[in-house]
Amino acid sequence: MSVVFKKTPVLTDTIMHYCPGCGHGIVHRLVAEVIEELGIQDRTIGFVPVGCAVFGYKYFDIDCVEAAHGRAPAAATGCKRVNPHNVVFTYQGDGDLASIGAAEIVHAAHRGEKITTIFINNAIYGMTGGQMAPTTLVGQKTTTSPYGRDPEHCGKPIRIAEMIATIEGAAYVERVSVDSTPNIRKAKAAIKKAFQCQLDGKGFALVEVLSSCPTNWGKSPSEAMDWIKSDMIPYYPLGVKKDITNE
Amino acid sequence: MAKKLMKGSEAIPEAAIQAGCRFFFGYPITPQNDIPEYMSARLPKIEGGCFLQAESEVAAINMVYGAAAAGARVMTSSSSPGVSLKQEGISYIAGAELPCVICNMMRGGPGLGSIQPSQGDYFQATKGGGHGDYHLIVLAPSSVQEAVDLMHTAFDLADIYRTPVMLLADGIIGQMMEPVEFHEHEKRELPEKPWAVTGYDPKSGRKRSIVNSLYIEVDELQEMNDRLQARYKEIQEKEVMVEKYNTEGAEVIICAYGTVARICKSAIAICAEKGVKVGLIRPITLWPFPEKELNEVMAQDSVKRELTVEISAGQMHEDVRLAINGAKPTDFYGKPGSYTPTAEEIAEYILKTREA
Ligand SMILES: Cc1ncc(C[n+]2csc(CCOP(=O)(O)OP(=O)(O)O)c2C)c(N)n1
Ligand code: SF4
Ligand SMILES: [Mg+2]
Repeated sequence: MSVVFKKTPVLTDTIMHYCPGCGHGIVHRLVAEVIEELGIQDRTIGFVPVGCAVFGYKYFDIDCVEAAHGRAPAAATGCKRVNPHNVVFTYQGDGDLASIGAAEIVHAAHRGEKITTIFINNAIYGMTGGQMAPTTLVGQKTTTSPYGRDPEHCGKPIRIAEMIATIEGAAYVERVSVDSTPNIRKAKAAIKKAFQCQLDGKGFALVEVLSSCPTNWGKSPSEAMDWIKSDMIPYYPLGVKKDITNE
Repeated sequence: MAKKLMKGSEAIPEAAIQAGCRFFFGYPITPQNDIPEYMSARLPKIEGGCFLQAESEVAAINMVYGAAAAGARVMTSSSSPGVSLKQEGISYIAGAELPCVICNMMRGGPGLGSIQPSQGDYFQATKGGGHGDYHLIVLAPSSVQEAVDLMHTAFDLADIYRTPVMLLADGIIGQMMEPVEFHEHEKRELPEKPWAVTGYDPKSGRKRSIVNSLYIEVDELQEMNDRLQARYKEIQEKEVMVEKYNTEGAEVIICAYGTVARICKSAIAICAEKGVKVGLIRPITLWPFPEKELNEVMAQDSVKRELTVEISAGQMHEDVRLAINGAKPTDFYGKPGSYTPTAEEIAEYILKTREA
């Protein structure tokens, strides 16, 4: 019998706690497959965030560190500086990275820290029950913006990929989406490139992934994927924001 | 080795390096800038060493967290307002059972306070400081030489007990120049670090390393806390350090730490000239606090009362009172903020209260 699909051994057999239709599960698989394909399982260290991916260490079959909320880039820096031969990545949500950890991510990029960041933008605080994030779209209703996000009151959503791309130390920045099969393929290629960037010692790499949170968006899994396409992508354009890996 | 005249804030980082510290993460703040400056000159010249100026104390302590997770001997240093910012990270380090050394050169507070010496962070240092039921081992040097010697102790204790250790000094220790000697230290048996994240090979037989302080199940969190409490008990039993000075047959026992304890020794000499015998109990470990040792001295028939002297509103005095528990009168002398009392003032207070 020919094998058509096989779970990567870089994911453990633990059943994931993510909601049906959640983008986290897809991105976990992509990251794990990339680690397998690059043959770096035995030297990769994952720094997981505070957010729905807090249990990431149960799912990635690699050495892992659970970092404080927003601090993963700083903690990953400490680890990478001690053992530069390790491949070190952070996996962070938008509350974690774009709000409380804004300073840590900016300065990891600014130092050109040779780590890889996978940034899950789901336009919401998933874990705490759907509060507004810096990435929440204008007009989007959340539990702390019940009338819809009002830009007069709390500004317009922050575009992290574009912002990080302006920083000298960033070598590779791309925004991708997991709303459809072709986009998932592109997302995997970007994640692979972001790890390769670290392996080549080029500098800081970040992949922003537009991802679904059906539970807190009040949508079905398929409606959630449609909403990424109809509402998120127009505000958060996909594509490479910076790439100096060939220089 | 010959004695060298050195400033505290240069001797401390040198001692750390000699104790095997190869990683330092910090953020500038007066009065401890000489420590990161010294490290920034020395560590890049040592193979595998790294000094990094972080974007904030929050980031610095989290870099320490990551480096400790990777198995390194690592330290950070700051002064009061910066140490406040580190508290979140320290709690995570305690919860994840990681070893590291944190130096706090205390300055006056609260708020931005002053840049002069203070002892106002005693509560923060000895009672945990961040959230959750944890302790740091807190070491309080009263001379540059002692700070140097304690640096070795600090790194060893951190590794042995998998706990953050704080060197709690006042700005005077940092700025003072004294002759110091970097001598060989008694080598304690240190545990391996199989828990460090260094890369997991499923074929190797070693368990996957997960550095974490999240225990979502009540009984699992209980288990972690029980483990910590058992460790703290062992530390209290084995690691108390205290200096007793002139305590035999004393009428008054002073309890003081750090530079203030040295000033108290001069006050004791003044009182002796007046025929009043005063002794000193100087905790070197503020946590674990030398309760037993204090009570042994207090139990002498000659001892009429205790006097705590601090540059604070009486923070350590609370622990003294808890230890003595009403067995004999206790008193406090000192001011909060940054006022360092003189030997004459302390002696005068002792003699005056004696007459009363
Ligand atoms: C210091 C601190 N503040 C707040 C929290 C509570 N908290 C937990 S997860 C979270 C937000 C997570 O949102 P995000 O990073 O977007 O991740 P998601 O769950 O959406 O993947 C917050 C605020 C915390 N754990 N620690
Ligand atoms: S709450 Fe949202 S982000 Fe969290 S697991 Fe559920 S769908 Fe995913
Ligand atoms: Mg989110």
